[in-house]
Amino acid sequence: MTVTEPNPTDTTPVELVTLTIDDVEVSVPKGTLVIRAAELIGTEIPRFCDHPLLAPVGACRQCLVEIPDAGNGRGMPKPQASCTIEVAPGMVVRTQVTSPVAEKAQEGMLEFLLANHPLDCPVCDKGGECPLQNQSLSHGASESRFIETKRLFPKPLPLSSNVLLDRERCVLCQRCTRFQSEIAGDPFIALLERGAQQQIGIAPDVPFGSYFSGNTIQICPVGALTSADYRFRSRPFDLISVPSVSEHDACGSAIRVDHRRGKVMRRLAGDDPEVNEEWITDKDRFAFTWSRQADRLTTPLVRNPATGELEPTSWPGALAVAARGLAAAAGKAVLTGGRLTVEDAYAYAKFARVALGTNNIDFRARPTSKEETEFLAAKVAGTPVDVTFADLERATAVVLVGLEPEDEAGTLFLRLRKASRQGVQVFALGTHTTRGLTKMNGTLVPTVPGQEAAALAELAVSPGTIILAGERLATIPGALSAVATKATESGARWAWVPRRAGDRSALDAGCLPNLLPGARPVASAEARADAAADWGVPSLPDEVGLDTDAIIAAAASGELGALVVAGVDVDDLADPALARDALRSVDFLVSLEVRASAVTALADVVLPVAPPVEKAGTFINWEGRQRPFHQVLIDAPALTDVRVLAGIAEELGRPIGIRTTAEAAAEWRELGPWDGKRIVFRGRKPAAAKTAAGKVVAGRVVLDTWKQLIDGGRLQDGADFLRQTAREPVLRASEATLTACGVQPGQRATLTGPSGSASFIAEAAFMPEGVVWAPTNSGVHLGAALGVAHGGRVSLTGGER
Amino acid sequence: MTDLLTPVLTANWADDRAWTLDAYTARGGYRGLEKALTMDPDAIIEEVKDAGLRGRGGAGFPTGMKWGFIPQDNPNPKYLVVNADESEPGTCKDIPLMMANPHVLVEGVIIASRAIRAHTAFIYVRGEVLHVIRRLRAAVREAYAAGHLGRDIHGTGYDLDLIVHAGAGAYICGEETALLDSLEGRRGQPRLRPPFPAVAGLYASPTVVNNVESVASVPGIIAGGADWFASMGTEKSKGHGIFSLSGHVAKPGQYEAPLGITLRQLIELGGGMRPGSELKFWTPGGSSTPLLTAEHLDVPLDFEGVGAAGSMLGTRALQIFDQTTSVVRCVLRWTEFYKHESCGKCTPCREGTWWLVQTLRRIDEGQGRPGDIELLLDLCDNILGRSFCALGDGATSPITSAIQYFREEFEAGMTTPSRDLFPPAASTLFAKEGAR
Repeated sequence: MTVTEPNPTDTTPVELVTLTIDDVEVSVPKGTLVIRAAELIGTEIPRFCDHPLLAPVGACRQCLVEIPDAGNGRGMPKPQASCTIEVAPGMVVRTQVTSPVAEKAQEGMLEFLLANHPLDCPVCDKGGECPLQNQSLSHGASESRFIETKRLFPKPLPLSSNVLLDRERCVLCQRCTRFQSEIAGDPFIALLERGAQQQIGIAPDVPFGSYFSGNTIQICPVGALTSADYRFRSRPFDLISVPSVSEHDACGSAIRVDHRRGKVMRRLAGDDPEVNEEWITDKDRFAFTWSRQADRLTTPLVRNPATGELEPTSWPGALAVAARGLAAAAGKAVLTGGRLTVEDAYAYAKFARVALGTNNIDFRARPTSKEETEFLAAKVAGTPVDVTFADLERATAVVLVGLEPEDEAGTLFLRLRKASRQGVQVFALGTHTTRGLTKMNGTLVPTVPGQEAAALAELAVSPGTIILAGERLATIPGALSAVATKATESGARWAWVPRRAGDRSALDAGCLPNLLPGARPVASAEARADAAADWGVPSLPDEVGLDTDAIIAAAASGELGALVVAGVDVDDLADPALARDALRSVDFLVSLEVRASAVTALADVVLPVAPPVEKAGTFINWEGRQRPFHQVLIDAPALTDVRVLAGIAEELGRPIGIRTTAEAAAEWRELGPWDGKRIVFRGRKPAAAKTAAGKVVAGRVVLDTWKQLIDGGRLQDGADFLRQTAREPVLRASEATLTACGVQPGQRATLTGPSGSASFIAEAAFMPEGVVWAPTNSGVHLGAALGVAHGGRVSLTGGER
Repeated sequence: MTDLLTPVLTANWADDRAWTLDAYTARGGYRGLEKALTMDPDAIIEEVKDAGLRGRGGAGFPTGMKWGFIPQDNPNPKYLVVNADESEPGTCKDIPLMMANPHVLVEGVIIASRAIRAHTAFIYVRGEVLHVIRRLRAAVREAYAAGHLGRDIHGTGYDLDLIVHAGAGAYICGEETALLDSLEGRRGQPRLRPPFPAVAGLYASPTVVNNVESVASVPGIIAGGADWFASMGTEKSKGHGIFSLSGHVAKPGQYEAPLGITLRQLIELGGGMRPGSELKFWTPGGSSTPLLTAEHLDVPLDFEGVGAAGSMLGTRALQIFDQTTSVVRCVLRWTEFYKHESCGKCTPCREGTWWLVQTLRRIDEGQGRPGDIELLLDLCDNILGRSFCALGDGATSPITSAIQYFREEFEAGMTTPSRDLFPPAASTLFAKEGAR
């Protein structure tokens, strides 16, 4: 295996406390709450407000137990909420199992909860998976004595376009409000009114603008919070649940996919304490309809030379045409995109080398650099798990460089926020204090894009620090080198946090021009021989291939005859206009895609492939942790990339020897990581600080940009309720910069680059001079519209163009 | 008869402009402060401990001991918070005290703050009593001007700021942790304990929360000495207390007397029952304390005596009801209050009071059903000791005690509305058609 799973590093013995619950003696770690100690002896005390990841509140009073001895020889006179009481040595607890008082208290509490709870279970989304329903059955009375009038509210109250509230179902456990304030740091919802009129509510003029709001639906112990998307769509007992992994970012968050009759109905957070705990972003939860949009490709398409139109073709026919075209082409290259599983990526890596005979392969569908190529090959590819989610909580400080976790890696953000609440200091090298940084109680190290290397070099970093480097550093000369240098000098640890779910998988699988699978250097004859022997081929191409930028340039200039392109959004590339030229110029273009795209529109052969929900596979997250998942929709007919590539290779007469995901996984594992000499990272010097940095020069400013969590990305298509919760796209710059460029805060302003312009409402922020921030793909894709990426220079002017 | 009274806090109420600093000082006010400023803070705590002062807000916790719990090695600032959120039905001692004699409270605050080494103190007053808030603020202003508050008080180097904070009208904010949340600007709901306010109270710092009357009793203790204070009252309930007589007595009002006085004595002081009246039931300390009847007329009104009689001394809010009063209607009104004031945090109080009101209303209307009394008792059993704070417990007291002593009236509610059995007009305190 390329990657080893982390060993539990914390081996300090835990102090145990012995107590007696229902006459059973049990030893549990000090600080354990009685309610969880009882679980260890198999007694489930009913509860509503209690949640293991939220601070105890003791509000619902459902978990009352008797404590005849608190461990000091004295009993507690009243029944106690077991979710708020820590165990003590010698404590004696009697739960509903042995205490009639506890049993009656619990039964009475359920009766109270049901007094004002509507009996609309048959139409309630939660019916069938409802803690209130379940616990009423297990611990409640069979009949209620309440014959009076129930409290009523108009329903539902939309808290946001995603989350709807049925107030009369609410048992006021405060799990949702506590999640929002404790975990997400977005306390947009709160208790209003009092007594039986108490209710969850929201300020009339402040929207529920949290990226994590969907978690409240999941932890609601009744059907009070429902998803607008899922409401009244299905019954839990009609659903088939499959554990899976989110495809939306590099966190590898565990999810649960619920489907019915071949259609995914909803997604929930999975429970993985090592990774995402029990939380996911709203994108992970609600953005799953993208693969069933109208533009989904279902049959292979081949361009009719006579009409110039793509026409449906049989699989054998399409594969044959693809193979013929590729065989005839002079130079070939593969762009895989960053969304592949490691199995599929491995198939591309092998396909390029074995079937096409080239090292021209790159997974980076974004601006890149030679420095990054070397850095990734030397320092990241195939390395075992080092920095983990849990390590962040134990760090003394975390430094974020070129990374905005709340937008780019949501569950990483939640873990960082948790760490910051435990005292870990967070520093961010960036242009302004974002909302995310504020919620992490973080400190901004004001840094103009381009100056990250210098800023990092100047930062005092202690050995217990963890540096998290984002993928935007690729184009900042010297930045990744500075990360490596800083870590070596200070003893700090670091990790590279890419944006896409398949970036790390593709890197480890060898989808890089200088790297074979398992971090085998292309330049090393030994490494090539090792892979060739394993693959049963006499030799592998020995010339280091072209990277993404070079492939695009070569294709545009006619040096490449054929391109095989997987999931690549042209606008994400460094020069979208040039990329379009390249796709048009190339003699033969094969596109493997889930949905019709800018690439398929220009392709000669379009081969439909399966989205993650229709295949099994493994993502490797930013930690380097393998995140395998099963095929959710098992009857889906779509083929995997592995299968399609195998078909082309066989038609080419140069088979890749693997046809299924399982075969790819087995072979990749068997090949294993390279134990020979790795590529050496030589490092680069940072670009000399330009005198223009931090100044407005002739109306031109440096562009700081990243993609917001909820934006125009194609993987959010169809999730309309989710999209409505996107943040308002604004442009931010300092007041002085705005003034210098003739922009009024609150008014529209326009950014202009070589390709054109884009306009936003301008907002003044505390930022270095001469810098502007705008979201990459919120309403308009800056890469395509301006032709400028992060760190480039644009003109800023007032008004709309 | 009047020698039963021990006016200390109430002594100056009839003075001309009693609430002014001049009037208060003329009567010897701020002498306790003068002495306290020369004392070691620990000695002040000892003095109050020796006096045996117990909390006058209802629970009766020894005040000096509470002060002693403040961890002086805690690096955070210490705070004194005066609970002036008097809202219990029947309880009406602190409001008139602050109205007539605000300086005794201010003086008490300064002495208590010095004892616990607080440099900021708060008086949290219920928001409805604007006139009292004005008086208090005026008194604080005067105290600042006289150098009793502020920087370097009377050259001792001791600094204290006193802030009068108006609540927003919630009974729950009389619960000390809800009060602290409210004072911090949050929603007033009780906090989980531990940590207790003495360790992590206001702004997570060591905090003493004392009732108005407790703090106001301190200047007297310091000026007059612990022995003087302890010479009043009973063995375990020492000192003077304000007894608020209300309802069907000839002269309702505030009677300051040693703890341990009986209701019989107090009614005599109050000119007896109103003409033609006969005592039916009464509350010893506000509506949250189980009601008592004429058989308890000679119960000593101290913490132990009332406790032994099955109730609580509470706030010494003696609400006197005569034979014209429907106990069902009375209990319904109280329960409606608790339903209205339940903060909503915990299930039993929130849902229970909602349910109790509807059941009691039915009985009040003469439409009770067989089993309703057992239902009421069982609901009370499911609330008492199960709710988050004492508000829920208090809501059950009038119901269970009323059923204990007047079950037949509840049974009558199965058939007859209370208004038929006890025409409301007859209970009206000043009505001509009252009891004859």
